[in-house]
Amino acid sequence: MKKIVSLILCVALVCTIAVFAGGCSSKTKLFVYNVGDYIHPDVVGMFEEENPDIKVVYEMFDSVEEMYMKVSNATSPYDVVIPSDYMLEQMIDEGLLNKINYDNIPNYANIDPNMRNLAFDPTNEYTVPYMWGTIGILYNKTMVDDEVTDWDILWNEKYKGNIFMLNQERDMVSVALKKCGYSMNSDNEAELAEAEAALKEQSSLVKAYCGDEIKDNMINGNAALAVVWSGDAYFCIEQNPDLAYAIPAEGSNLWFDCMAIPTTSTHQAEAEKFIDFMSRSDIAKLNAEYIGYSTANSAARDLLPDEIKNDALRYPELNEEFMSKMEIFAYNKSRNAKLTDIWTRVLNS
Amino acid sequence: MFKKTLSYPHLVWMVLFVIAPMFLIFLYAFTVTDDGGTLSFTLENFAKFFEPMYIKILFNSVWIAFLSVVFCIILGYPAAKIIADRDRRRIAMGKKATGLLMLFVMPMWMNVMLRLYAWLTILQPDGVLNSFLSLLGLPKLDIMYTQTAVVLGTVYDFIPFMIMPIYSVLIKIDDSVIEAAQDLGANKTRVFWKVILPLSMPGVVSGITMVFLPALTSFYISDFFSGGQFMLIGNLIEKNFKNPVGRNFGSALSIILMIFAFLSMHVMKIFNKSNRQMDMY
Repeated sequence: MKKIVSLILCVALVCTIAVFAGGCSSKTKLFVYNVGDYIHPDVVGMFEEENPDIKVVYEMFDSVEEMYMKVSNATSPYDVVIPSDYMLEQMIDEGLLNKINYDNIPNYANIDPNMRNLAFDPTNEYTVPYMWGTIGILYNKTMVDDEVTDWDILWNEKYKGNIFMLNQERDMVSVALKKCGYSMNSDNEAELAEAEAALKEQSSLVKAYCGDEIKDNMINGNAALAVVWSGDAYFCIEQNPDLAYAIPAEGSNLWFDCMAIPTTSTHQAEAEKFIDFMSRSDIAKLNAEYIGYSTANSAARDLLPDEIKNDALRYPELNEEFMSKMEIFAYNKSRNAKLTDIWTRVLNS
Repeated sequence: MFKKTLSYPHLVWMVLFVIAPMFLIFLYAFTVTDDGGTLSFTLENFAKFFEPMYIKILFNSVWIAFLSVVFCIILGYPAAKIIADRDRRRIAMGKKATGLLMLFVMPMWMNVMLRLYAWLTILQPDGVLNSFLSLLGLPKLDIMYTQTAVVLGTVYDFIPFMIMPIYSVLIKIDDSVIEAAQDLGANKTRVFWKVILPLSMPGVVSGITMVFLPALTSFYISDFFSGGQFMLIGNLIEKNFKNPVGRNFGSALSIILMIFAFLSMHVMKIFNKSNRQMDMY
């Protein structure tokens, strides 16, 4: 009797742990892993309606690093993940992504030709671009009387205590590198030291280094200048028309979030079906409208209202001059550790 | 025998979620992985901690945790005393205790991020606090993103953990002890200092433990209230763990923090014993 009781308790415990592995439906389970709030809420339901034999298990992560931990430790059978460029490069490098059969993704034709064969996937074997954007300066027109044209304005004494920076080492060290005239992906000790010194010098002017709270602070007019991702900038401008967004003339970062199939996937065909569905023009349009970011899907962009699809900041012309200034983050393992240390020193200076 | 078999699920739980993670943390802390993926023993993760910057971060964390504990006692003890006194009176009259303690516990049922964001609304330059101050003709305060804000946030978040243990000790003090003191001629102040306070020390000590250790290790409060400018040891660990190559240093930091927590527990225990009180933990 006692043994039975303890056995039951053991089983109950194991069941609790195994619960997220799913119940016992006959449908194929497709595990999709995406950043929070990064898909139109109806899209998953529409996919399941069109593919009655597939049940989508949709999970969300806070940061791509969290996603990386889960995929690299193969804790869950994810079939589709949507991380950013440098993380994709790292995952390709470490052999964590499956090659995609593009024959199964006819809607790949909708993807902007400028967004194919990018640095992180030069031969285009692993990724299907989803959203893209830039990093730039969000500023309050009523508080900033200079013209915002370059990164130097973030070092202007006039705006002391009125500047918000992202609490993201990669992005902030990149901004400082660009300000000093170097490549965002520089791994040169002297150049990194110069960027670090610039960030330390700037720290007395900075009100705070935050994440999502920057949006609230800028919308509420608590600061004049902030470094943000373009997608967040459009969101803030919609809420507060005093705000404007600028991509500094020295150049900036160009980022891409792409769909990919990790090696944890057990349903390659269904995963490709999902990616194809997400690349269909009407679905990509829904997502672009809901998220407010710039879609990598040209067919979907054509369906958007004129004032959005022709917005120079949201969809800058990807001509050679623009592209020569913009850089995509590259993955560099030894540099990652350096960045964390630099950032710790900056925050504690 | 019955007790032993019943403990098996607990044992499975301990192995999976306590022993295994601890083992991994020790493994990471004492090793480095080279590019080839082979592990080798090293102490460099610990050596790195002894750079002045990291010592300063630990010192800052201890200081913030200490300040939070002090403010929690100053604010929490009277609160616990007032509630306990009311409840004792009602219980003595055969009525139910007041629900006042619930008022302190209830906010804890809300999502912590919601509670923190509410503080942003209160503390921001044009927020609730400053509107109120300017209404009274007082100068504005700009405390969001300062050390004051971090302490404020920590005290706010952890004060229920100070009030509850003190309350639960105070409510159990035998009336006859107090009456005895009064019979012997002690006035109210004397009764408090000589009888109630010493008897409530175990509650205070366990309150200190319950506030100090979480305050020392928390990272989201300092992150949110300092705007990243004030890095505590918890933030440092979080930052290193999020970076796949920082895992080793992060693990070493966790061990150092554990040793620190262990030591402070021990100090508290000695302190508690010297007060000749029963052991609360």
